Amino acid sequence: MYDYTDFDAAFVAERNRQFRAQVERRIDGSLTEDEFKPLRLMNGLYLQLHAYMLRVAIPYGTLNSRQMRQLAYLAERWDKGYGHFTTRQNIQYNWPRLRDVPDMLDALAEVGMHAIQTSGNTIRNVTADHFAGAAADEVADPRPVAELLRQWSTDHPEFQFLPRKFKIAVTGSETDRAVIKAHDIGLQVVERAGQIGYRVLVGGGLGRTPMIGKVLNDFVRQEDLLPYIESVVSVWNLLGRRDNKFKSRIKITVHEHGIEEISRRVDAHFARIRPTFSGIDTALFERIKAAFAPPAFREASTGVFETARRTDPIFRAWSDTNLAPHRAPGYAIVQISLKAHGATPGDATAEQMRVMADLAERYGHDELRISHEQNVILPHVHKSDLPAIHASLKKHGLATANIGLVSDIIACPGMDYCALATARSIPVAQGIATRFEELKLEHDVGPLKIKISGCINACGHHHVGHIGILGLDRAGVENYQITLGGSGAEDATLGDRTGPGFAYDEIVPAIERIIRAYLAHRESRDETFLEAYRRLGLAPFKAALYEEAQVHAAE
Amino acid sequence: MPKAFTPKVITANALIEGDVVYFTEADDWTRHLAQAELLTDEADAQLRLLTAEAQADKVVGVYLADARAGENGPEPTHFREDFRRRGPSNYAHGKQEHHAPRP
Repeated sequence: MYDYTDFDAAFVAERNRQFRAQVERRIDGSLTEDEFKPLRLMNGLYLQLHAYMLRVAIPYGTLNSRQMRQLAYLAERWDKGYGHFTTRQNIQYNWPRLRDVPDMLDALAEVGMHAIQTSGNTIRNVTADHFAGAAADEVADPRPVAELLRQWSTDHPEFQFLPRKFKIAVTGSETDRAVIKAHDIGLQVVERAGQIGYRVLVGGGLGRTPMIGKVLNDFVRQEDLLPYIESVVSVWNLLGRRDNKFKSRIKITVHEHGIEEISRRVDAHFARIRPTFSGIDTALFERIKAAFAPPAFREASTGVFETARRTDPIFRAWSDTNLAPHRAPGYAIVQISLKAHGATPGDATAEQMRVMADLAERYGHDELRISHEQNVILPHVHKSDLPAIHASLKKHGLATANIGLVSDIIACPGMDYCALATARSIPVAQGIATRFEELKLEHDVGPLKIKISGCINACGHHHVGHIGILGLDRAGVENYQITLGGSGAEDATLGDRTGPGFAYDEIVPAIERIIRAYLAHRESRDETFLEAYRRLGLAPFKAALYEEAQVHAAE
Repeated sequence: MPKAFTPKVITANALIEGDVVYFTEADDWTRHLAQAELLTDEADAQLRLLTAEAQADKVVGVYLADARAGENGPEPTHFREDFRRRGPSNYAHGKQEHHAPRP
């Protein structure tokens, strides 16, 4: 893992010192709220529905056990004993007191963490494939470039007052586990003729105008990447709409000007600034890459694992759903579900965080990842350790065998916490997960991604859910629209809206009708929900959803 | 014809804790909606809002929220204000543990 330098530590310490003084001045009245608000947002501090919320960056979702334990400490010392992992690989604390936040930031700094650029119109926390460095299908680890981008973008003077927030995601594999096509910039590490480079996509995003990113450049060499990305952001910084918040994101700029014109401008800008990049960035990249060298994998028998699979059906079910192939022989990637049936997706208690930290330290080369799907990953685990890990997870409510299934739902905080939300999303996720647990259908249904947002900003990625749910306020009551057939993977697609929305107490039964329609229409157990939807189209699901008469009335 | 004025309460978040608070007849803040001042006159509501906003050392984000008279004091008319009153609904923690009964 990358260790922050003395410069990094001094930089964060100075920022924290400044913020402590700003908080004191707000409390003693020297600063008005209008003056204070942009300062607190620069440090990840929001005011939500019921309390302040501190959003902490977990760059590219990577952390070690010491950092995870510190996150647990913050949850217990200054919050309500839990944290919420988000779709952007951050952690949010929902209940801090304003006066305590500087102490929280200092505690984070002790372990090389911070909340800088987790808010505001700037380049946000760079996200990456949560299997980075471990995935069997990986071309190269995407984290070194994500770290390079983090260092480049942090407090970059040109990019602190962008037209709007800006999100970058990186994958090192053909399989997209980072939703790169729904980001302002999506990067895919590729290999061409033995040379590593990057496929650069631009202009993806969800929200009120969802768009799939377009390829801006099919291959950018490593040594050209930073000036190229800088050129993209600079072009948008100049062209991007500042007159209308809803048209400010780069997806609109690309849409209005066309990808060819954006490409022409980026190339022209790149030609101007490329000579100013002297190669220091390339040297730095090599140093960062060395810090992400793979751990020393061991060779050992996997017999214990095979025996446990044969003799323990609960372990077998868990290993079938929650493990992923690792690049090293005898190893697996462990996905720890934060989606126990009926629980709040993405929440982990301080105790659970410590358990995961202990497991990472003892069995996982001291590495953890946070996934954009709001789960925690132990990326490097020898299979012989899996029975012990499973036993420990079971004791602490962390062994739910549901990764990629109906109850592994992405849900934004919604109106239970968020000031922007127009409806709740968490209780809907809880209701769906509980219903399918009671029906015992989850494993029969198979891979299915349900994603729920409590407002049009789409933090729950509903547009790219196989089943997407969008909660809205319709005439003073919660109403939920459904989309079908979306995907956030390499075959990224926006879902199709089914029709009129459903009331809060109707949405869980409506989702059940959709899934039962899939079970009735699938060609075999091997045909996934998404495959069946792509073969069948909307009609049979719409019929199941609205009853025949309503379908005719809508036509 | 001008739209009839809907009764309001003045609400905000406490500066230090972030808790939802309501303005009282005594020019103070309470965490209980039932103890809030219900404003039924538009002009009066605007004046009271100015008074409340002047307490920027105690609160943040002051605004008028629709409410109605209930048996035990003001009640919310919109689900958003109901959640602000009760706290999160996903499980029992936060404000509803102490201040408001679960529905």
